[in-house]
Amino acid sequence: MLTILFDGVAYGMLLFVLAIGLSVTLGLMNFINLAHGAFAMAGGYVTVLLMRHYGVPFLLCVPIAFVVTAAMGAVLERILYRAMYDKPALDQVLFSIGLAFIAVTIVDYSIGSSEQIIQLPQWLRGRTELVFGDHVLAMGHYRLLIIAVCIALTFVLQYILTRTRFGSRLRAAVDDQRVADGLGINVNVIFLSTFAVGSGLAGVGGALGSEVLGLDPTFPFKFMIYFLIVVAIGGTSSLSGPLLASLILGIADVTGKYYMPKLGSFIVYAVMIVILLWRPEGLFVKRGAR
Amino acid sequence: MKKRHFLRTALSVLALAATGVHAPQVLAAEKPFKVGLIVPMTGAFASTGRQLYSAVQAFTKEHGDTVAGRKVQVILKDDGGIAANSRKLAQELIVNDKVDVIAGFGLTPITLAVAPIATESKTPMVLMAAQTQANTEASPFMVRSSGTITQVTSGIAQWAVDNGIKTAVTLVPDYAPGYESEEAFKKYFLASGGKILDEIRVPMRNPDFAPFLQRVRDVKPDALFVMLPSGPGAALLKQYGQRGLAEAGIKLIGHGAITDDDNLNEAGDAALGVITSDYYATSHDSELNRKFIDLYKSVDSTSRPNFFGVAGYDGMRLIYEALKATDGKGEGMALVDAMKTLSFESPRGPVRVDPESRDFVQNIYMRKVEKVGDEYQNVEFDVIENVNAAGEKK
Repeated sequence: MLTILFDGVAYGMLLFVLAIGLSVTLGLMNFINLAHGAFAMAGGYVTVLLMRHYGVPFLLCVPIAFVVTAAMGAVLERILYRAMYDKPALDQVLFSIGLAFIAVTIVDYSIGSSEQIIQLPQWLRGRTELVFGDHVLAMGHYRLLIIAVCIALTFVLQYILTRTRFGSRLRAAVDDQRVADGLGINVNVIFLSTFAVGSGLAGVGGALGSEVLGLDPTFPFKFMIYFLIVVAIGGTSSLSGPLLASLILGIADVTGKYYMPKLGSFIVYAVMIVILLWRPEGLFVKRGAR
Repeated sequence: MKKRHFLRTALSVLALAATGVHAPQVLAAEKPFKVGLIVPMTGAFASTGRQLYSAVQAFTKEHGDTVAGRKVQVILKDDGGIAANSRKLAQELIVNDKVDVIAGFGLTPITLAVAPIATESKTPMVLMAAQTQANTEASPFMVRSSGTITQVTSGIAQWAVDNGIKTAVTLVPDYAPGYESEEAFKKYFLASGGKILDEIRVPMRNPDFAPFLQRVRDVKPDALFVMLPSGPGAALLKQYGQRGLAEAGIKLIGHGAITDDDNLNEAGDAALGVITSDYYATSHDSELNRKFIDLYKSVDSTSRPNFFGVAGYDGMRLIYEALKATDGKGEGMALVDAMKTLSFESPRGPVRVDPESRDFVQNIYMRKVEKVGDEYQNVEFDVIENVNAAGEKK
């Protein structure tokens, strides 16, 4: 039981890292980026290729995946996304899903369609068992690493958004772009870096997730639904919303599959439907927010 | 359009009449024998297509492109693994290119979509991949050169019973081939007094196996039977290791697809010691197989042949031999009838076409994954001879 809970938390944390970038671009910049999963996939492939062809150690690959996907995000923001900010939602959706299709095809063509497999270092493959009376908590080391990385990221992000000058500038730029501009805030740079960081986080999620979720060219579409559920349930006004939503989703998914394998992945959708019926705006909505 | 077609027909009839009575026969003798190969070369199942196409090329490289005086021409079409495409391509090949045989077909839905076209147009259809047992019932013109899921699964079920495995949990993907494998395993395992503790079907789209494997660990069977495509298969093997199922005394046994030779090397150490059954392993020890591997690698040096590769090679052999048997005149049912009587030594071992099911009666091998030199291999250690499509010994 405890083991299942642990696995659920790890899974939820992973979803959180994958989805948080989307939550940031959607919530703060009001841009619907359905190609978000493509950045996650890019992070995964960076890791796989570096490990396989250059023998780069896994832990080093994760920050590299962040840097590479963030750079990709920055370039794409500058040349493509920026032009789309003022467009209606439908245009944004069509544009970004098109990007996702392109990414899938590029990877399929250049690397191949088979599932990519990474070889973890030995020390990450083991597991540790703790016994509490009748209950056994078995923790896979890799899942422990995922949880640790995610908690660290959450704190760093929360700190940046609420305590730093950059964070307040970002919130100002989002609330009223023209006034922020008039006050001497370089809105373009703020958006560019936010988008880049969001993409980079997706890259980290992809790098960490390829071991657990599997990695093939259809990754952006396979997990797009999950990202969107996280954002829909968690709302986009804070970090704690998506975090809680990811955890609920992860735990519901894992326990559902454990106790009722016949229902398989349906549990997640059932949970989403119930929560949205109860709170159509998502779990956390600031009163008076847009 | 109709008018133009009529005009063209009229013109060609006139032309034929003008060239004399003997012309049609000469034409027939020189007309190339066309094979339309429909496989997924792109998309999620591209590895199947690559295996089949490379093996077909390997075969024509070895046996030349002339059989019984007729030139054999292979026309490759990529259906991307989508049944609607395959259907369209099959129609085009038969109507426009006038192919004599259609071959390939990576997946069961594709096979079922194309089968009616083969029946209507009386075109022999050599099924080189899709392994659902009932496929060959879809058209009397279909002959299969791979194997069936039931056939392959019966081997591992038999082995489990013979090796003191009393209880098992099955884990298969939630789609038709998965059910077939589950059924086949249950049929042979239960009949011999085994007990199935749980039947798990995993969704195709969300391959985190953690909760399923945890469930298996808590149920504590003697063995876990798995049938999965090789990609998710490798992920499962890794998690099986990480979750400590082996230490808990749960053996992992499976259908040969999980240790697919094509990407077994990428799965690496996680696959070591896994026991599976299948009709072919790259490591199969025979002169013929070594020759086949050399040929295959001369076409595609980046991979090694797997169970689809050998089926592509043997599928071409069926076509060549049937054409030879009918003196190069075979078409339609005559060609299929010729195929039904064939038996030969394949790189996988002896095979014989069962005229009833139009499937191979062949050997099913028990294999264990070991590291041989730098490569991971399915090493055969036992064999069940002459198994038919339904998994019965013949």
